Amino acid sequence: MPPHPKTWLSVTPAGLFCEPGGFYVDPQRPVDRAVITHGHSDHARPGHERVLATSETLAIMRERMGVERAGQIQQPLRYGEVLHINGVKLWLRPAGHVLGSAQVCLEWQGARAVFSGDYKRRPDPTCAPFELERCDVFVTEATFALPVFHHPPAELEIARLLRSVRLFPERTHVIGCYALGKAQRLIALLRQAGWDAPIPLHGALMRLCRLYQELGVDLGELVPATVQGREKFAGAIVLAPPSEIGERWARRLNDPLPCLASGWMRVRQRARQGGVELPLIVSDHADWPELLATCAEVEAQEIWITHGREDALIHALGLRGIKGRALHLIGMGEEGEEDE
Amino acid sequence: MSVPAFAELLERLVFSPGRNAKLALIRQWFETQGDPDRGIGLAALAGELVFRTAKPAILRELIAERTDPTLFAISYDYVGDLAETIALMWPADAASNRPPLSLTEVVETLETAPKSALPTIIAAWLDALDPGARLALLKLVTGGLRVGASARLAKTALAEWAKIEVGEIEEVWHGVAPPYRPLFAWLEGRGPRPDPMGLPVFRPLMLAHPLDEKDVANLEAVEWRAEWKWDGIRVQLTAGPGGARLWSRSGEDVSGSFPEILEAMTFHAVADGELLVVRDGQVAPFSDLQQRLNRKVVTQKMRREHPVAVRLYDLLFDGEEDLRGLPFDQRRKRLETWYERVRPERMDLSPLIPFSSIGELAEIRAGARAASIEGLMLKRGDSIYSPGRIKGPWWKWKRNPLSVDAVLMYAQRGHGKRSSFYSDYTFGLWRGDELVPIGKAYSGYTDEELLWLDKWIRNHTTNRFGPVREVERGLVLEVEFDAAQYSTRHKSGVALRFPRIARLRRDKPPEEADQLETLTALIVPGSQEAVEG
Repeated sequence: MPPHPKTWLSVTPAGLFCEPGGFYVDPQRPVDRAVITHGHSDHARPGHERVLATSETLAIMRERMGVERAGQIQQPLRYGEVLHINGVKLWLRPAGHVLGSAQVCLEWQGARAVFSGDYKRRPDPTCAPFELERCDVFVTEATFALPVFHHPPAELEIARLLRSVRLFPERTHVIGCYALGKAQRLIALLRQAGWDAPIPLHGALMRLCRLYQELGVDLGELVPATVQGREKFAGAIVLAPPSEIGERWARRLNDPLPCLASGWMRVRQRARQGGVELPLIVSDHADWPELLATCAEVEAQEIWITHGREDALIHALGLRGIKGRALHLIGMGEEGEEDE
Repeated sequence: MSVPAFAELLERLVFSPGRNAKLALIRQWFETQGDPDRGIGLAALAGELVFRTAKPAILRELIAERTDPTLFAISYDYVGDLAETIALMWPADAASNRPPLSLTEVVETLETAPKSALPTIIAAWLDALDPGARLALLKLVTGGLRVGASARLAKTALAEWAKIEVGEIEEVWHGVAPPYRPLFAWLEGRGPRPDPMGLPVFRPLMLAHPLDEKDVANLEAVEWRAEWKWDGIRVQLTAGPGGARLWSRSGEDVSGSFPEILEAMTFHAVADGELLVVRDGQVAPFSDLQQRLNRKVVTQKMRREHPVAVRLYDLLFDGEEDLRGLPFDQRRKRLETWYERVRPERMDLSPLIPFSSIGELAEIRAGARAASIEGLMLKRGDSIYSPGRIKGPWWKWKRNPLSVDAVLMYAQRGHGKRSSFYSDYTFGLWRGDELVPIGKAYSGYTDEELLWLDKWIRNHTTNRFGPVREVERGLVLEVEFDAAQYSTRHKSGVALRFPRIARLRRDKPPEEADQLETLTALIVPGSQEAVEG
């Protein structure tokens, strides 16, 4: 009988700890050995001694927190490449969330647990697609774990945006979006839809877009949104952090039409906060059907939930005869709640 | 595809605060949709669709059959709106392969289907739509679009699309009905102008410009006629063999809220006047009239406690005769003889104010302090009745505003172009050591002052509540307003009419701002705000 993962994976104040392996997954405070699923700041914290992640995630961490704080020793691991740490088998599978995002797969004495990090099942031109790994315990996120969240195909949302650009050809469509992942995905989707004009970016988005380009993701021509003269922004699609689209920064734009790209835009009341005129439902997280489908397809006896709306998901899993358990990991989802 | 297209239109309207954006969105609807759906959409926006609506109870049952009660409860709690929760939770029907639903099919079915068949029909529609379109459908069948678009706005968009004056649409509007095929045929040059056939129609009003003090000197007394500017609501009374209607300034039919006026409209004419609450010949302040606005059901008690009357000041039609081409002096004579002849109940004439010089008129204006009067109306004796706001023939000369020096307390961001600015201000006066809020204003300042205020507020924020910032008690604003009234709804006990920011008093220390007593002393006796029993 293989040992149940709850006997060798424990929830500590620092985060989820693999006892036989002696490492944490996405720890919230500085630790000796950390495995990081992806570069969002609620998963990748600074100050660890040794960090294991995909080379893309390590590059993103260095870019965001500086080389010194991104781990004293960085060890890259390719998807599918297997490591043995004190008898624990460890490998990474793509999570489809952002560039470099990975599920951490762990096996000890025949029992297997998969820590998904954040994930989505939809195609994304800027990162590798989610790969399913069967397991005994699946550790899932639950950001959009309510039956009201069904993300429409992102292509339809981009088409809606482009219809709006045609209807208001003089106005600047300024899209609030998160700097890591969402911005690059939106740009890539716009390119796929035939939008080949240079895309002006708020300064806070530029570095990570440049990094994506260095890592081989084609985003077309990007320019800083620093030029003087409103008329130069007429008809442009501009990207900026969500906090800036209704701020003083946006006054340089030509009669800006504020848009926001997020899974939260599905619910009107959420979308109406902050003066958004065109909500775009584009999310890098699994929606409700994807969460349920994934929890079923991994064929796990138990689903552990890191963060999000665990009550609805645990109830729905129970109706399907699957045991759900809330881990209440502190600190996660803080970035996600605001910006996704 | 028209239900999804209509859903997209509604969704964009909900989120677009700007009038120009709304007009562009509605114009696009007329541009891209064909008959009869574009007309059904127009009717929905104009509030002209009347059909038996589905009760929310039906929807609750439908969703209960399809969802787990716990999951529904958690979701409803999160979303907060029943129709939206259902639209979002409705199980997607992947097998659905029906042809796209048209708006016309929805409306015709709702008009004709037996009540018992409604749940099954609505369920089948929901199966075939995406969440956004489901929400639009549910709002439609429960009868409440609430997208911030009025009938007037829809007609204005239609006029812009057809490149005609909105007045021309108003003139034929009440002779056409959804889906308005003859109307669209006429607008596209394919058919004759629809004939309103004696039905009461709204005639667009002639409006006045505010008079600048510097233009006063240029007025020749002999050319002008003066009336009081009453503080009520402007109405048009249309009555004849085809029926009687009371219209608001923008052409909304407000007959239902004022049955006693309708009962008195037994004549054949179109008249222009001010709707007021009048008790024993005394005009009550505007807040009394507010008790009567937007009422679907008017009780006897309301009619007794807030009796309304119309003070007439113009006659547009006498019988079938169109007087609008006559000069004001002739129309006034016609109005007076008509009034002598007809003597309608609950109506009187707004008197002409005699004066021999503009200086004398200015004194009359300065002496007017009754709460029911906003100032003077000046009308050129030779002016014909031309719809719209044309500069020159009519002026409104409001009495000098009152003002207090108040302290800025809270600021909120504006909408649309002002969404990055803190442009809505709540201000207060001193009551002892305490500041009590007396009102809110979001106009009156210049662009430069707005920039300065925005910066000051950001640098002096002490607290945040969502979109609202509380600021240090450090800035004095000179606030102008037309009148002050007692109010039970405000903590200060006072409500201001038309407050606006007149000046920033950066020179004045906040502790020297006005006391609340200064404001209460400006209240005209007898203007106690009525409290609904």
